[in-house]
Amino acid sequence: MKSRYSIFSLARNALSYHEKWPQAWRSPEPKKSYDAVIVGGGGHGLVTAYYLAKEHGLTNIAVIEKGWLGGGNTGRNTTIVRSNYMWDESAALYEHSLKLWEKMSKELNYNVMFSQRGVLNLAHTLNEVRITKRRINANRLNGIDSEWIEPEQVKEWIPLIDLRAKGRYPVFGGSLQRRGGTARHDAVAWGYARAADALGVDIIQQCAVEGFDIEDGEVKGVRTSKGTIQTKKVGIVVAGHAGVIANMAGFKLPINSRPLQALVSEPVKPCVHCVVMSGAVHAYISQSDKGELVIGAGADSYNGYSQWGSNPVTEDTLAAICELYPMFRRMRMMRQWGGVVDISPDASPIMGLSPVKGMYLNCGWGTGGFKATPGSGHIFADTMAHDRPHPIAEPFALDRFKTGFLVDEHAAAGVAH
Amino acid sequence: MLLIPCPYCGARAENEFGYGGEAHKVRPETPENLSDGQWADYVFMQKNTKGTYHERWVHSQGCRRWFNVIRDTLTNEIQAVYEMGETPPEVDTKTYL
Repeated sequence: MKSRYSIFSLARNALSYHEKWPQAWRSPEPKKSYDAVIVGGGGHGLVTAYYLAKEHGLTNIAVIEKGWLGGGNTGRNTTIVRSNYMWDESAALYEHSLKLWEKMSKELNYNVMFSQRGVLNLAHTLNEVRITKRRINANRLNGIDSEWIEPEQVKEWIPLIDLRAKGRYPVFGGSLQRRGGTARHDAVAWGYARAADALGVDIIQQCAVEGFDIEDGEVKGVRTSKGTIQTKKVGIVVAGHAGVIANMAGFKLPINSRPLQALVSEPVKPCVHCVVMSGAVHAYISQSDKGELVIGAGADSYNGYSQWGSNPVTEDTLAAICELYPMFRRMRMMRQWGGVVDISPDASPIMGLSPVKGMYLNCGWGTGGFKATPGSGHIFADTMAHDRPHPIAEPFALDRFKTGFLVDEHAAAGVAH
Repeated sequence: MLLIPCPYCGARAENEFGYGGEAHKVRPETPENLSDGQWADYVFMQKNTKGTYHERWVHSQGCRRWFNVIRDTLTNEIQAVYEMGETPPEVDTKTYL
């Protein structure tokens, strides 16, 4: 039984100089067989394991991770959480997730520092104004909070911005989702790992998948660097490496893996109080609790697994940031990195069954998977437990590329890229 | 920043080029006979290899000609460049987990 984190446990552990906190999760060796194996120990995979154990009674399960928990895109994104997507299918998915974000810290007894500071999406052209207003109307019809704000209100939200129409990127207004915000990404992985572990889930790190045992189109086991694990259910939740895993299982996915970049600046006093996104110029900015500006850039234009990213992309983003926020021209950047994202043709995820029986897919989240972490895992656990897509996951099946019913969110949601 | 050796112009910076994705996908000869599944395979499905990858590039800010590149998608090493329609040269094929 895990000890609960509280003000009392904090005080009690202060007496022993915080040297006696119990471990948050075990690091067991893999067993010979499990009822289900989740490949990928990022946010989505850990949430899946948590809900499989909590809501579907599957506790003999393992999460296997090639590196360390949350060391992939979970720890590399810009932590923006919002649900103002245009199409009904996406709205249902991301709003389901946002509702879980709102109670996450309490449910996990782990502070994920979810801060609903508001997400502002800027419109820089008349065309963007029209599409943004259309999206706001669609959001409101789906019960998602979303409002149009005029340039003067943008200035109130973010006084540093340069609104001048004679500038390169004039601001004609924007959409605001007040319930959107940011969270501490590592805490999300750690919180779910701790909660899943408490329910009996084995979390196995430093364990790479090397292949699958598949007989008559049905999965029988996973070959890993720590030996073969027998199982009849495998959930593939590996983001950028989804294609690599699919190739091992003998099928292809409609996914291109590309580095997506982010940067942080030196820490400064509070100056950006909400998240400001600007899809048209590929510049997202927010300020972390430590004071660093967290800046998101675009994805590379070509495939790559380098977790580094191409320089021209960073340059374009920073050029736009300097135009929009002239004060940041003298800001120094501390770190820059990339995460390998799995971009699908319609910028919507792929969730549900795969061509191999017993193998389930949760990938294609591309550049925006972090916000969906709890909802994705919740829906995917249900899909795995019942061997059929959850109603919210149905439109996101791999089959949609055969039927042509794509969920085209590229431009519709103000999803950049 | 990649330095891409265009077979017609020589080595140039990557932002002079456009990307055309996976190379050597053969357009179906009898499109009218294709099922939706076969179309999906041609239009959407990708090898998306981690390692040696055959891909198409176009020198859009230069000679505007298409050509093929063999690149390691993990290290970004360009292993070979060859013209459209040519047989791919033999290279040391790398794959990673």
